[in-house]
Amino acid sequence: MTTTSASRAIDARDLTKTYKGGVHALNGLSFAVAPGTIFALLGPNGAGKSTTVKILTTLSQPTSGTATVAGHDVGKHPDQVRRAIGSVAQRSGVDRQATGRENLTLQGELYGLRGRDLTVRVNDLLDRFGLTAAADRSARTYSGGMERRLAIAMGLVHRPQVLFLDEPTSGLDPEIRADMWAEIARLAREEGLTILLTTHSMDEADQLAQRLAIVDQGRIVVEGTPDQLKGELRGDALQIQLGAPAPNGEVHAALDRVPGLREITLDGATLRARADNAATAVPPLLSALDAAGAPVASVTIARPSLDDVYLRYAGRAYRAAGTEGAAQ
Amino acid sequence: MATTLDHTWFMSRRHLRALVRQPAYIGITIVQPVVWLFLFGSLFKRIVEIPGFGAGNYIEFLTPGVIVMSALFSNGWSGMTIIEDIDAGVMDRFLVTPASRGSIMNGLLVQQAVIDVIQALIMVGIAIAMGARFAGGIVGVIVTIVAGILLGLSFSSFSNALAPLLRTRESVIGIVQFVTLPATFLSGAVMQPSLAPGWIQTIARYNPVNWAVLAGREALGSNPDWSFIGIRLLALLILAVACTTLSTLTFRAYQRAV
Repeated sequence: MTTTSASRAIDARDLTKTYKGGVHALNGLSFAVAPGTIFALLGPNGAGKSTTVKILTTLSQPTSGTATVAGHDVGKHPDQVRRAIGSVAQRSGVDRQATGRENLTLQGELYGLRGRDLTVRVNDLLDRFGLTAAADRSARTYSGGMERRLAIAMGLVHRPQVLFLDEPTSGLDPEIRADMWAEIARLAREEGLTILLTTHSMDEADQLAQRLAIVDQGRIVVEGTPDQLKGELRGDALQIQLGAPAPNGEVHAALDRVPGLREITLDGATLRARADNAATAVPPLLSALDAAGAPVASVTIARPSLDDVYLRYAGRAYRAAGTEGAAQ
Repeated sequence: MATTLDHTWFMSRRHLRALVRQPAYIGITIVQPVVWLFLFGSLFKRIVEIPGFGAGNYIEFLTPGVIVMSALFSNGWSGMTIIEDIDAGVMDRFLVTPASRGSIMNGLLVQQAVIDVIQALIMVGIAIAMGARFAGGIVGVIVTIVAGILLGLSFSSFSNALAPLLRTRESVIGIVQFVTLPATFLSGAVMQPSLAPGWIQTIARYNPVNWAVLAGREALGSNPDWSFIGIRLLALLILAVACTTLSTLTFRAYQRAV
């Protein structure tokens, strides 16, 4: 293979997938993931995220295009890809009639682990994912969070190089979701694991991913670090509530002297502006308004959200796209 | 090959454990054939008095029939596990591991074969308790069980072939049920075929259920005709290979459609 693919844990090129009946799930999707990083595919239901994961995990074949995972071609050497990856699907794939320990043991056996190595590995994972006490209970008795933790432990049993997490926190309670985020971040940090996660949650991508790509209608519309994508929206939004309505001219005259402020509008006692870095713009802004005799009651700073990014690149609001996707 | 055997054991162990954890299922699996044996045994007790029936004790006549019939009934359910595994994402999980593809089906077949053996042994024990005596002895019992297992392999593979195609429990069970009862009664399972109408005799000749029943009954009797038995076991083996091949093909079609 080329030298570039060796330095990429995942390299997908021009993937297309047309299902029977003519549904175009992917329309030329390309992206690459550097080893040891978390990469998020972000988009609404039906955008093509799960199809991408199915192709990269050898479950499904692309109609056209190529992909390598951990340096192996998914179409030509699926067995080598399977040994190098762990995969946690949306439907966890946990066998609910078996115990947590049995699920982990079978999974390890399928990857060739045997005997003492297997026992030790299974115990370690049970311990690490807080499942030791429930290890010998049927997985049917597990809570949603426990089942998801077991599924991730199963994906890790053979120490894969690349881990796929398809919607890892969908359907989980907020506090369990926060725990899961901490665990996922730890995996990439401490084990040097490459993680590809798909999510329809802006927060999740923002929290976890070093890089993310927004997927819409089977292709990637934009890719970058969360900060880059948000930074391209030209700065933070500032909303200042004045103690009383102030004359427009005086306020503008005062604020024109504050560096870095743009798009200043005043509506009664509500003042709006944008700044490249709101945190450094606030102190001079406060003193300028004070000097102009317009005391400030409150200041709100809003970092641009990935919602704004999605709106800009996909050309439509995220929530609207989500409903559309779900209706398909 | 070694991998396939290893993995077949892992998959079989998974299914057998699940089986042991469903006492209600085990109960029905054991009780149902016993009920058949009692029910038919009592209902048709005097059928042996019909001139030309050619058997002295109906329970002795019926036992291989009910063993084969029970194998048919329980193997038909095999595809349900495939549908459950597809719905729960277990199937896709196996498919992204290096799991031997063959072992996924093999595990189900081993589970069914174990059920067949247990059911058959219980029925033989009850038949003996009800006064039946099998001249063919242990060898006869083993041949009957083998015939039941071979027929069962075909029928569970039939069920396994339908499951990934149809993907709903109702349609798989519907088709399986549609086949089982007619296939049983168009055979010599409960009645001497030579006393049945000509058209039934003709159909029975090509009915695999009949092959299994006749092979078992012959082996359980005195002075069995081994070429008669051998030909039927061979035909059942060929059918089993054909059906397992079919189930492998529909399973591949499922993998392509993912």
